[in-house]
Parts: sequence; C-alpha cells; structure tokens
Amino acid sequence: MSPFLGPYTGFIVLSYGLAALVIAALIVWIGVDHARLKRRLADLEARGLRRRSATPPEA
Amino acid sequence: MPLVDYANPTRFLALQRRLAPVLALVTAVLFVIGLVLVFRSPADYQQGETVRIMYIHVPSAWLSMLTYAIMTASALGTLVWRHPLADVAARAAAPIGAAFTFMALITGSLWGRPMWGTYWEWDARLTSVLILFLMYLGLMALWRTLEDPARGARLAAILILVGSINLPIIKFSVDWWNTLHQPASVFRLGGPTIDASMLVPLFVMAAAFTTLLFSLHLAAMRNEILRRRLRTLGLLAAGGAR
Repeated sequence: MSPFLGPYTGFIVLSYGLAALVIAALIVWIGVDHARLKRRLADLEARGLRRRSATPPEA
Repeated sequence: MPLVDYANPTRFLALQRRLAPVLALVTAVLFVIGLVLVFRSPADYQQGETVRIMYIHVPSAWLSMLTYAIMTASALGTLVWRHPLADVAARAAAPIGAAFTFMALITGSLWGRPMWGTYWEWDARLTSVLILFLMYLGLMALWRTLEDPARGARLAAILILVGSINLPIIKFSVDWWNTLHQPASVFRLGGPTIDASMLVPLFVMAAAFTTLLFSLHLAAMRNEILRRRLRTLGLLAAGGAR
C-alpha cells in the first residue's frame, strides 16, 4: 500500500473521490437545469407569452 | 435595501446574480486552503492516516443537518408567514441536503470499515442519519407528485416540521444510547477534544462546505423560481390555445 496514506489508502482515496463526484454531480445538475429552464422560458417568450408581472404598464 | 425586500423573486434573482461569483470564488479558495491543511496535518495516534476521512465526513454530516434546519425555517415561513420564497427555499434545499447526507453516510461507512471492522451497524446515530436521508427523498417525491404547488408547499412544510424532531435525535443519539459512533468531540460543553492541528483544517473544510451549500442553494432557488415562471407561462399558453 501507499507509504503516504498507510494501509487504508483505498478507503481514504475512495472517500475523497466519491465526495468530489457527488459535489461535481450537484454542480452539473444545477447548471444543466438552469440552461434548460432558460431555453424553455426564452422559447415561450419568443411566442409572445409574458407573465402579468413581467409586462410593462401601458403608458 | 431592507432584507424583507428580497422576498420579491425578481430582486432575489438580481441578488443571486451578484453573489454567485463571489461565493464560488470564496468556496474554491477555502477548498484549496482546506485540502492543503488537511494533507499537511498530522496522522492520528490511534487511527493513523484514516483520520483524513474525518475532514470530509464531519462537514458533510454537519451540513446534512444544517440543510434540514434551513428547510425547517422555510417550512415555518410557508405555514406562518406565507413568505413567497419560503417554499422555493425548502424545495431547492432538499436535493442538496440529500446529497450531503449521502456523502456523510458513504464516507462514514468507508471510515467505519477500517476503524470499527464494519461498514454499517444499526445503531442510533447511523440509523437516525439514514432516516434523515430517507426523509429528504420522501419530500422530493412528495413535491414531484403533487400538481398544485400551493397544496404541495403546505403538505411538505408540515412533513418537514414533523421530521425536524429527528435533528436533536441525531445530535444527542451518541449520548442517549450506546453506539459504535464516537461522542461529540467538537461542539461540547467542555470544549473540543481534538488538537488544534486537526481542528483548524476541520473548520476550514467546514467553512468550504458551508459556502458551497450557500452557493448551490442560491443557484437551486434561482432555478426553482424560473421553473415556476415556466409553469405560469405554460398555463397561459394552454389557456390561449383553448
């Protein structure tokens, strides 16, 4: 086993690896979700749909 | 601007846009400093190098509970004050809390095998954290199941408040019952029992995890607001097509 982390290197590396993977998955999921939502909102707004609160008051 | 003004989703989105890069930078810097300190800290006299798992296991476990505490405050906001962002905050926090709880369970298991000789034991601490994980999953399923967001918000808020009884059970499980898990060694009446050479890296990693939680939570809240706007526009489109 690695002289650096002792006889349980595998457990330590696996812990850090899995933690990094979970954090990366959260970041990617939130980013992809945001891009998808923005695209779908832009599509609907391009069709002329507006929420009442987003419509500027008439002059 | 008073804090209450950020209850307005549009103002909240503007605030999130300003805060996101700052929080991301602070999180990255804290993780770099924390990891350098972790791998320069001494090995434990009993556990050897395996103690390094503590620096990710303990912050994950703390944040699994902090996230649920945030959801509990949000549930009160939904039921008592009908705060417009309260349900958004609770719903956005659940998957993040589930991820931190999952991380705490897995890293705890990987730490337990070499130290206790087992990956899992049905003792009070481990079981109550597993229940917390299942509660996160149950709440996420509930939100996805109910069509009416207002009804879903109230039901979820009640369930969150009922589930919050699990937080003191998790915290004090190591004092109330005999468990394999060690008793509290940081936040205890007599002060921490961990040497400063390990306590400082642990706190830096905990700070990194906490800023990560706030970054992810704000971004997930932004997504939830956009999802609700999309739903409103979808209903308008359906109404116009009729």
